[in-house]
Amino acid sequence: MSEAIKKFMFVNTKAPYGTVYALESLEVVLITAAFDQDVSLVFCDDGVFQISNNQNTEASGMKNFSNAYKALGDYDINKLYVEKESLEERGLTLDNIMDLTYEDDDWAEKPSIKLVTRAELADLMDDQDLVISS
Amino acid sequence: MAMLHTVNKSPFERNSLNSCLTKSKEGSSILLIEDAVVGALKGTIVADKLSAAIANKNVYVLGSDLNTRGFTEADILDGIKTVDYAGFVDLVAEHSNVQSWL
Repeated sequence: MSEAIKKFMFVNTKAPYGTVYALESLEVVLITAAFDQDVSLVFCDDGVFQISNNQNTEASGMKNFSNAYKALGDYDINKLYVEKESLEERGLTLDNIMDLTYEDDDWAEKPSIKLVTRAELADLMDDQDLVISS
Repeated sequence: MAMLHTVNKSPFERNSLNSCLTKSKEGSSILLIEDAVVGALKGTIVADKLSAAIANKNVYVLGSDLNTRGFTEADILDGIKTVDYAGFVDLVAEHSNVQSWL
C-alpha cells in the first residue's frame, strides 16, 4: 500500500438532524482518519450548528451524535476550523460551541477549535489535496 | 379561520422562511420546525424580518427541535412562543388549513 499522506479537508455546511449530511460526514471523517491521513474539518454556514453546545434530543427522540465530535481528538483530528462570519450571522459566539480538545505528545490538553475568518478559510482550502464539502 | 404555515428549512440556507413571511396574511400563524428553528435565535441576520412578522402574526417554534440543536427558550427572539408536540397538534386543529413551505 502507498505510504502517501494527503491533506483532506471536510467542509461541513449544513445544520444537524434536519438532514443526514452532518452524521454521514462525521462517519467519513472517522474512516479517513483510520487510514492515517492529514484530516482537518471546517464548520461554516449552518455547519456551525453541528458542534453547538448542550444538544438535547430527549424530547425529539433523535440520536444525539454530538458527543462523537468529542472523540475526534483521540483520532488525531485536532484541526477544527470554525468560520467567524458564520457565527456572527447566526447570533452565535464561541461560547455556543462545544469545547473540543485533544492531547498533545506531552499529554497536555489543547483546544482543537480554531476561529478563522472567511479569507483565512480560503487560504486553508487552497492548501489541501482534497476538499470534501457537505 | 386563519392559516397555519410550517417552515422546516434553515433561513440561512433556503429562502422558504422569507417566502412564507412575505406571503402569509396578518393574523395567520407560522410554526418553525426541524432546521428552521435556528431562524428563531436572537441576533441573527434574519431577526429583524422575523421581529416584524411577530407584530401582526403568531410565530411559534417547536421546542423539542430547538433543544435538539442545543438551544432553549432563552435563546430565541421575544414574542416567539415555544410549543411541544401536543401544542403542534393543537395548532393544526385550531387553524382552518396548513401550508407547508418546503
